[in-house]
Amino acid sequence: MHPKTLYDKLWDDHVVRTDEDGTALLYIDRHLVHEVTSPQAFEGLRLAGRKPRRVDANLATPDHNVPTTNRDQGITDPVSRLQVETLGENCVDFGITEFSMDDIRQGIVHVIGPEQGAVLPGMTVVCGDSHTSTHGALGTLAFGIGTSEVEHVLATQCLIQKKSRSMLIEVDGKAAVGVTAKDIILAIIGEIGTAGGTGYAIEFAGEAIRDLSVEGRMTLCNMAIEAGARAGFVAVDDKTIDYVKGRPFAPGGDQWQQAIEYWKTLHTDEGAVFDKLVRIDAAVLVPQVTWGTSPEMVVGVDTSVPDPDNIDDPVKADGMRRALDYMGLEANTPITEIALDKVFIGSCTNSRIEDLRAAAAVVKGHSIADNIMLALVVPGSGLVKQQAEEEGLDAIFIDAGFEWREPGCSMCLAMNADRLEAGERCASTSNRNFEGRQGQGGRTHLVSPAMAAAAAINGRFVDIREL
Amino acid sequence: MEKFTPFSGAVCPLDRANVDTDAIIPKQFLKSIKRSGFGPNLFDEWRYLDHGEPGMDNSKRQLNPDFVLNDARYQGASILLARENFGCGSSREHAPWALADYGFRVIIAPSYADIFYNNCFKNSILPIVLDAEVVDGLFNKAAGDTALHIDVDLDQQQLRVGDEVIGFEVDPFRRHCLLEGLDDIGLTLQHVDAIQAYEERRRTEAPWLFV
Repeated sequence: MHPKTLYDKLWDDHVVRTDEDGTALLYIDRHLVHEVTSPQAFEGLRLAGRKPRRVDANLATPDHNVPTTNRDQGITDPVSRLQVETLGENCVDFGITEFSMDDIRQGIVHVIGPEQGAVLPGMTVVCGDSHTSTHGALGTLAFGIGTSEVEHVLATQCLIQKKSRSMLIEVDGKAAVGVTAKDIILAIIGEIGTAGGTGYAIEFAGEAIRDLSVEGRMTLCNMAIEAGARAGFVAVDDKTIDYVKGRPFAPGGDQWQQAIEYWKTLHTDEGAVFDKLVRIDAAVLVPQVTWGTSPEMVVGVDTSVPDPDNIDDPVKADGMRRALDYMGLEANTPITEIALDKVFIGSCTNSRIEDLRAAAAVVKGHSIADNIMLALVVPGSGLVKQQAEEEGLDAIFIDAGFEWREPGCSMCLAMNADRLEAGERCASTSNRNFEGRQGQGGRTHLVSPAMAAAAAINGRFVDIREL
Repeated sequence: MEKFTPFSGAVCPLDRANVDTDAIIPKQFLKSIKRSGFGPNLFDEWRYLDHGEPGMDNSKRQLNPDFVLNDARYQGASILLARENFGCGSSREHAPWALADYGFRVIIAPSYADIFYNNCFKNSILPIVLDAEVVDGLFNKAAGDTALHIDVDLDQQQLRVGDEVIGFEVDPFRRHCLLEGLDDIGLTLQHVDAIQAYEERRRTEAPWLFV
């Protein structure tokens, strides 16, 4: 048989029909829904007199707008409240399962999907959110869609798609202690650029990827979109299957055995051909810190802020100058001399239990530096929060001066009250350092959870490998 | 959806690479549950000197005189000229909604982010890809004392800039949908039998997906 890539397999198993020009109708197994990108889609269904084709394929939760403090008082911002209430009403009206704000299973949509076993290997998974690529960690084809497509999936359980080109990013060798999934993906983005994956579906492979836990792979795939790729994924292995086993939505009994047999086929065949191949040596990677306003503006913690005067391309040099100006940084400043005002540990990139454990291990027995005005830990879901509290992680953070919050997207995009003020500088475990992302005029440096924790304690960036 | 017909429009040049959807429409405006009304907040953080929030009277806010959208030459522009990787970042369809609500019908850039590119077609916006050198040339022409005008003909896949004709490529299916103003959901529902057959097959092959 013709050798196939994992992408070929996932694609072929979901094609309902294909037109002569390659435009395909792709079947969607799981649709995750949140409050920001769905109201107009539900409204569209109502206006057209349509119903969701398969309510059981949908799972909803509010995450972007929810407050991370004083949940018992509800949402004080009336505009946010209306959006969250609208999600609740739409889910009731159309019969869709929703984990609402007072449900312990509520959380960031990309955390709760895998946590519940609502995302299973081999699925096609979509959500009106670009970080849907996260779910590729389980060997799925998962990608973000706009609101028109949210409506399309609700109405038809399908999407009109053209197959992307395929890219293999092979990360060989062993990553050093202190070099995490976050550092690997930031280094990849630094290498191929924020548009390097545009038009591609990326398979991550190689020893350093196999060595990652499933949660680490989620961090990796989460930021595939920051490299321009709508979808990024990792082949199924024993870790994937162990991760899924026993979760509430996962199959049991005979179906479990049947599912495993299928899932074990979800890898790229020997001899399959990719449109593009990128190789990264994990052994030379160091902890990464972004210095600018795009995730590709990233360097190792042991280096300095780059100098646009050394760049030949005038558009690129101009972009770098604009970024340095926005970030309030001088070229050639050592990264470890950058002092911070706030620290954010959370987001769909890094808010899972392993992330919190990694941060707590650094924090334990220390206090945040005097210049840190606010250090937030926002768990990815109510269940992650509960688990962390059972392990005593909350006490470690609180004793050190961190705030321990309720789950949600929080300061990753600052749609709720958690945000940076103009000019404030933040070490953040989130995924985007765009201008204004964490609050208008706010300055974001993307790092791993351990690096963010170390920055909170030292008040500036430090090389986690030296602790 | 409205049919995409030939038109002539003024060009607004936005000379930045990697313009992200957070810049196109900042997050505080995503709290709306409507599809319309985003135009006044398009590029909000670059366009105004004060901080914008939903419900503000934008006509009373202080404009940033250095931002192109506020340049007298480009008022009423319906074509946005941009640099590479336009629309990167989030999947928010509020970005094309804001561009369309402002009055942009065409974007010209060397490249786009995938999700944004796809979202444009769902909202009667035509994102045209041209070589970086051609885009460079258009930036030079658009910087004159008066706005550059371009004739856009999707059916012929041509732009006319003065005497110059520039061809462009677009996916035939997407072109057809824009020209005819077709609704994707309506098109897909023509294949409901195929969807049904697929589901029946998958129920046997992968029953755990249907519980």
